[in-house]
Amino acid sequence: MLHRKGLLELSALLDRKEISASEIARSYIDHVPAMNSRINAYITFEPDKLIASAEESDRRRSSGSALSKFDGIPVAIKDNINTEGTRTTCASKILENFVPPFNATVIEKLKAKGLLIAGKTNMDEFAMGSSTENSSFGPAKNPYNTERVPGGSSGGSAAAVSAFMAPAALGSDTGGSIRQPAAFCGVTGIKPTYGRVSRYGLVAYASSLDQIGTFGRSVDDAAALLEIIAGHDPLDSTSINCESDISASALNGSVKGIKVGVPAEYFNGIDIEIRSIIEKKIDALENLGAEIIPINLKYTQYAIPVYYLIATAEASSNLARYDGVRYGYRSPDTKDLSSLYLKSRSQGFGKEVKRRIIIGTFSLSSGYYDAYYVKALKGRTLIINDFKDAFSRVDAIISPVTTTTAFKIGQMSSDPLQMYMSDILTISANLAGIPGISVPAGLDSNGLPVGLQIMGNHFMEQKILEVAKTVESTCEKISPAI
Amino acid sequence: MKINEDQIIKTARLARLELSENEREEYSKQLNDIIEYVEKINELDTSNVKPADHIMEISNVFRDDAVKKSIDRKSIEQNAPSFVDGFFVVPKIIE
Repeated sequence: MLHRKGLLELSALLDRKEISASEIARSYIDHVPAMNSRINAYITFEPDKLIASAEESDRRRSSGSALSKFDGIPVAIKDNINTEGTRTTCASKILENFVPPFNATVIEKLKAKGLLIAGKTNMDEFAMGSSTENSSFGPAKNPYNTERVPGGSSGGSAAAVSAFMAPAALGSDTGGSIRQPAAFCGVTGIKPTYGRVSRYGLVAYASSLDQIGTFGRSVDDAAALLEIIAGHDPLDSTSINCESDISASALNGSVKGIKVGVPAEYFNGIDIEIRSIIEKKIDALENLGAEIIPINLKYTQYAIPVYYLIATAEASSNLARYDGVRYGYRSPDTKDLSSLYLKSRSQGFGKEVKRRIIIGTFSLSSGYYDAYYVKALKGRTLIINDFKDAFSRVDAIISPVTTTTAFKIGQMSSDPLQMYMSDILTISANLAGIPGISVPAGLDSNGLPVGLQIMGNHFMEQKILEVAKTVESTCEKISPAI
Repeated sequence: MKINEDQIIKTARLARLELSENEREEYSKQLNDIIEYVEKINELDTSNVKPADHIMEISNVFRDDAVKKSIDRKSIEQNAPSFVDGFFVVPKIIE
């Protein structure tokens, strides 16, 4: 049953020499294939590579040269993070056979501490989506109810951690893609400050919003993994050159004296059960010594239009690189260069990706640029200022993560706008570049997980982790009956 | 109509995408809905607001102009749809 242990539990067991890395790997190799046929959390799971890397780790430990206390623990990786020698598809036909010739910086950082790659997880194609239904490898399922979505776009990573297919995972979050699936799957997921974690080797969707973060079944595990991947990287010019103070072992779960803001706008139109669960948690924090302060984030209602103009504009530019020439899918029926581009891109990209490329191209095209793109950038400034104001008065902002619990597969797939609107509570953090965490707060009457979001000012990950740990301490531990 | 079918085809073409009959039909309605919705930003008074080019104050990042090991040609070749004698092969461009 080693596959049910968390990152820090495994680390302690390894440290006491009660288990070996090979035993951990074998536990996953026994558990994952059958579970994956139900959940579809992994696009690529390679038992041979996993066991070989685990045996190497065991040799390091037995010769006294373990790379860290985490040496030998496997972690699941979202399939838009480049892994040298292991295909990285972005759940797209256009990268179906792409084998990166280099590792993302986060992978190098994991390897430097001896962590192993459990596998590559399912996602919405190029991270565009909120349900992991837009995957050319088929939708991932929610471990709490396989007729429902795990959320997205990092749905595979969230589902893998929830269904004990990995102790922890990496994902990426552009508009909520870590926090929303974490909420739907009943795990903890953190999106750090923009620039806190290197994006080198993360396949770009919307570069001014993308950020890599972590999933765990506990706040401590998510924090411990984030601690490993955080830090400056000269290969990413947007990575911030400042010392990271993120520390899992320094978390003590105290909120005494912390000022917690509750934004009225984040409680409008929320499912009544979610609202009541979150409000109970706010009361619990107050009883534990937090000061609760009502606040307003008045530009919240503009976050979705601003986001979908900026993100699609950046996407249309970023995805111009897929041309069928140097790597990726090339259509077999091409007669000249122009048709090579047209056919390869049209056959290689899925529906949602094409939709976003067209919107982005439209808003950047001559005659529309000022009215749409530049206007959205100005709207973004207003949203950033909204948070600046708020954080001059509070240390953390608390809210639900989602307006509903996990919805049914297919429920929103014919109405993209409705799907976009479901991101209302997570998108602002990306626009402002601030960190946000989703921590499980309980189950609704259908037995589906409810997530609680805590946002903090730039570089205040440790503070929101502290609040999250306190929330966690007031909750009964949940896990799927799968 | 915020964007008609001709504009959709033209915009797709700019992005080097060609749309099937079905896609044209589907996107026509969806893109209009989406564009109509994002026009909500016109309610915002942004007359004295600067566009957010960056989230944080950042300055140019320079690196030393030093020779470093790069990705080797073999692994580049492995991912190329068509690669001969060190070149990416594409259909004839010049008649």
